[in-house]
Amino acid sequence: MTVFFHELKRNRIALIVWTAAICFMLGVCVLIYPEMESQMGEISEMFADMGNFSAAFGMDQINFGEFMGYFGVECGNVLGLGGAFFAAILGISALAKEEKDRTAEFLLTHPISRKRIITEKYLYVIAQILILNIVVILVTAGCIFVIGEKADFGKIAMLILAYLILQIEIASISFGISAFLKRGGLAIGLGFAIMSYFLNILSNLTEDAKFIKYITPFGYTDSSYILTNGSIEVKYIITGLIFTVLGIAIAYYEYTKKDIS
Amino acid sequence: MNAIETKKLTKYYGKSRGIIDVDLSVSKGDFFGFIGPNGAGKSTTIRTLLGLISATSGEAFIFGMNAKTQRNEILSKVGYLPSETNFYDGMKVKDILELSANLRKMDCKAESKILCDRLELDINRKVGDLSFGNRKKVGIVCALQHNPELYILDEPTSGLDPLMQREFYSILKERNENGATVFLSSHVLSEVGRYCKHAAVIREGKILVSDSVDKLGHTGVKRVSLRGIDSIPYMDNVKDVKVENDTVNFLYSGKANELLKELSKLSFDDLTITDPDLEEVFMHFYTREGK
Repeated sequence: MTVFFHELKRNRIALIVWTAAICFMLGVCVLIYPEMESQMGEISEMFADMGNFSAAFGMDQINFGEFMGYFGVECGNVLGLGGAFFAAILGISALAKEEKDRTAEFLLTHPISRKRIITEKYLYVIAQILILNIVVILVTAGCIFVIGEKADFGKIAMLILAYLILQIEIASISFGISAFLKRGGLAIGLGFAIMSYFLNILSNLTEDAKFIKYITPFGYTDSSYILTNGSIEVKYIITGLIFTVLGIAIAYYEYTKKDIS
Repeated sequence: MNAIETKKLTKYYGKSRGIIDVDLSVSKGDFFGFIGPNGAGKSTTIRTLLGLISATSGEAFIFGMNAKTQRNEILSKVGYLPSETNFYDGMKVKDILELSANLRKMDCKAESKILCDRLELDINRKVGDLSFGNRKKVGIVCALQHNPELYILDEPTSGLDPLMQREFYSILKERNENGATVFLSSHVLSEVGRYCKHAAVIREGKILVSDSVDKLGHTGVKRVSLRGIDSIPYMDNVKDVKVENDTVNFLYSGKANELLKELSKLSFDDLTITDPDLEEVFMHFYTREGK
């Protein structure tokens, strides 16, 4: 597991910064809730009455005035987008950075198979995502405890699980793309994450665009559905899992036969 | 069984040429020089041997193992030094050396210490702060610390100062005398001539010639340069005469004492006799092939 630990060590600072940033923002969102609660009634109505805009962000079905509704939206923005960016950066750089930094020649002329390198690098990506999410769960739970708000931890867990699966999917697809790149693909990774996010917003706007939810991982992180039903929408997550497996398979297929420049 | 054996090895990058029908054979225990100008296909050949790129057609074998399918077994017996050594920024030299050893699942601490001392490499510095030459030394230690059976070195001395070059070659010679095979690419003919037993010349992707260095490098051709004279009388075995200001320059392929006899009749200020550079050896090949 030399490559795995080497990667973890090399990228620990990025992990710390991303984890701290997401925890900080999510924590602040939770901690300011008691102060906002009093004003929430009006805000909630206002948010729900903005027609398409409300629909786009799923705020027409959520009661913003309740802690769970508020948390669902905030969690979607902070952990959803932040986690997606983090996962995309991790995935897209995992394989490609060796060639970008011209270290591929060093790594690949050691007696370690490319399959093994791909496996260890993928495990490192997943490990980083898990570490980030575990810390986020702990900090969020701590903050909710501090404000003494009644929360349905089962639903919160389901919400965070959905975002965890989303991060893994985005990371896996980026990982697959990464195998083709000769230079860094940061822009591709971030663009992919942003596009997924906006595709979901688009799919919320009109019934005709609903099918997009099968494509974008944000389709199954819809907090209104999860908080109402206490579960993740299965039909959207199945396509997500297929894309995840495809991403990984493509990475193996391409990188084991790739010409290293 | 040869240390390196290629059969009609060909690599195209899309439509552009890499190497064409390269047949090389390097026997065990050889000290082999691979000569050619930039872009001739030296690195392409080496990278195919190491399995970094896969050949369009043809085959390559290292110790009888197929470069395409037995890469791990091959790499565990090979020490490779790339022409441009790049490492993970922010890591210290000692961490890079340890990482390299760990990737081989070996403990190379003792050997690494000896090599770093001989090459005067400070292991506590960060690789990102090192000069080109010092980065090269890190690459050398990575290629040598695990005592491989075959050394594949791509332009190993570029960036090293002359003292370091000498130390590096003396280490290689020791390893070679202990039975290891050395295969190095270079465009410095003099170092190939001095250290290698066999050499091959590659140009535009094709092997021009592969022979013992005695026959290749010491073809007897010398580049003679005379200062303080504006023309020379007719001499046998003289080619490629160039006159610049007060200097006359020519290639001489005859016997040394006859050259000295002829020169003693002339009056000039200064004289240098050197091995011709690579370009001139090529010219020598062309003219020989032309005949």
